[in-house]
Amino acid sequence: MIAPTVRDGTITPDRIDSAAELPIGYTDDQDGGHYRLVPTGTDEYFASSSPIDSWKRFLSPPEALLVRGRSSSTDLEVEPVVPDPVAFAFVGIRACDLAAIGLLDRVFLAPDAVDPTYATRRREVFVVAVGCVHPGATCFCASMGTGPIPRDGYDLALTELYDGDRHEFLVDVGSDRGAAVMADVSGRPAVAADDEAAAARAERAVAAMGRQLDPLDPPRAAANPEHVGWGDVAGRCLSCGNCTMVCPTCFCSATQDRTALLGDGVERWRVWDSCFTADFSSLHGNPVRATTESRYRQWLLHKLVTWHDQFGSSGCVGCGRCITSCPVGIDLTAEIRVLAES
Amino acid sequence: MVPVACRVAAREEIAPGTVSLTVGDCARSVGVPAPGQFNMLWAPGVGEVPISLAGRDGDDVVHVIKAVGAVTRALCALQPGDALGLRGPFGTGWDLTAADGHDVLIIAGGLGLVPLRPLIGEIVAHRARFGSVGLIIGARSPSDLLFAEEFAVWGAAVDLEVTVDHAPTDWTGRVGVVTQLVDAVSVDHDDAATFICGPEVMMRFAAREVLERGTPADRIQVSMERNMHCGIGHCGRCQLGPVFLCREGPVVPWARIDASMKVRGR
Ligand SMILES: Cc1cc2nc3c(=O)[nH]c(=O)nc-3n(C[C@H](O)[C@H](O)[C@H](O)COP(=O)(O)OP(=O)(O)OC[C@H]3O[C@@H](n4cnc5c(N)ncnc54)[C@H](O)[C@@H]3O)c2cc1C
Ligand code: SF4
Ligand code: SF4
Repeated sequence: MIAPTVRDGTITPDRIDSAAELPIGYTDDQDGGHYRLVPTGTDEYFASSSPIDSWKRFLSPPEALLVRGRSSSTDLEVEPVVPDPVAFAFVGIRACDLAAIGLLDRVFLAPDAVDPTYATRRREVFVVAVGCVHPGATCFCASMGTGPIPRDGYDLALTELYDGDRHEFLVDVGSDRGAAVMADVSGRPAVAADDEAAAARAERAVAAMGRQLDPLDPPRAAANPEHVGWGDVAGRCLSCGNCTMVCPTCFCSATQDRTALLGDGVERWRVWDSCFTADFSSLHGNPVRATTESRYRQWLLHKLVTWHDQFGSSGCVGCGRCITSCPVGIDLTAEIRVLAES
Repeated sequence: MVPVACRVAAREEIAPGTVSLTVGDCARSVGVPAPGQFNMLWAPGVGEVPISLAGRDGDDVVHVIKAVGAVTRALCALQPGDALGLRGPFGTGWDLTAADGHDVLIIAGGLGLVPLRPLIGEIVAHRARFGSVGLIIGARSPSDLLFAEEFAVWGAAVDLEVTVDHAPTDWTGRVGVVTQLVDAVSVDHDDAATFICGPEVMMRFAAREVLERGTPADRIQVSMERNMHCGIGHCGRCQLGPVFLCREGPVVPWARIDASMKVRGR
């Protein structure tokens, strides 16, 4: 069971063994390069916004063993690595992150290019989604059309209805597996007033979102590849790659050989990589994207523009993580607005 | 996709630091690349790199590799009987149907002749299917010219021009860059199917020369090189604008990448 939980002064998805490990009584204060855990003084379970890290690490781990073999100069034995079956329950996942998994599915479950590690981990996921009622200052899922209310891809979707004396969950059953789980849960049938209360919270959440992104801006920015704004953001960007690590849809990787110090064992590992590194675009020993400007442009235009060409939708779900985790507080919603100006 | 263990059937150094490897025994099980497609060759313990189809020897696959770094050096050091890993075939190769019934122009620079060689082989073997065919080959020096022993056969079938950047005094052929020879072969550019492979700067200049002579950008096919680790659009490294070169490429029409090629560091 993976759920948002308090770790190292943040709320992040991690393994939990009971509901007591949910971030009860905590929310977060997020902004560009800023994250603080904040007590709510209530016993709400899901008062926080998007967790500092995404859920992708459970489906596509930062390191994955692809191939194991034995090799001498004249012999090579290759053993395919069959990923261990894992059955995850993702509890308390938000609409933005569910949409992000939908995007990763298009990359790693493409009919002619299925990734066995991802497929094995993804297959059994039981999804208990939660509608966001307290979005953060960095959230803009409403602009990206992914949230705050999960629309599909879940077995159960919860809305936490809390107002001091009332503390209930409105449950939307999204699958037979979800219905089977609910058969063991006591409750009362929902009435129209419950749905209205949930809808009112969603509406308030949309209004409370701290950021916005105009969908017309990315194509305008793409038409301005030499805009001075690219140089300006590159002057602040450290090319550290934090944004790509926390982004729930960034999927790029490197594959490396690892050899045993003794003996003939050899392994190939896939590790997360970032378009902000020099090695990522290395060709004949030199990076094709030698400047921070070209790397930031690649990242932003891939995320917001060429993703549409490749996968039929934006690569950004509006979770705001890249803003929070950027050490210098670079905010893609602000940058794209500038870059879209003629 | 897991590499299949293969064995080197034959090896020959065909130019300084450039080795032809015939990969036997596994070619059938893996599948033979079409001209312009590539395999991922794995030197176990060192790394894995994309290498184009250079030709076929019966059922065996021939790759020609230039030692430029750790992985290619390890591959070039393999001897007959040695083992290597192979995944493939990957990518989209040359679209020769675009040339049927038309004039053809092929421009190759340096190692760029490797992926073009199986295409030239097809054209020479089915010569009657095409109009005038011009083939321009360039290399740094005469000793860097690959497949020179095949030039006589090619030259008998098509209009062949060969040039080098630098030549010793005993060289009687042309000296200069391939782009200067576009008018030395007689093809009707308005309609010629054009195939280009070589260093990126050379492809830019060559594309510009033929565009200026009236060849539409969608009639110009180029084979692009980028860093590639997976071959199936997962590692993200080979992106050129919207194109995953490992899947949609490496061969793409110039029209598809024209906009990206105008931006530095794309
Ligand atoms: C589609 C395609 C077809 C190719 N066909 C041939 C061919 O037929 N013959 C030939 O000699 N060369 C070919 N190349 C180039 C060859 O792949 C590179 O020379 C090789 O990857 C360099 O690796 P290296 O470790 O020897 O050198 P380094 O430059 O030291 O490589 C560093 C690392 O970069 C990574 N890398 C991945 N892809 C590339 C790349 N394209 N260029 C540079 N580094 C890369 C490798 O993992 C390597 O470990 C082709 C490239 C592409 C993209
Ligand atoms: S680009 Fe930023 S806001 Fe968009 S999905 Fe990635 S981390 Fe979230
Ligand atoms: S935008 Fe921020 S997080 Fe991303 S690479 Fe630049 S400095 Fe790092």
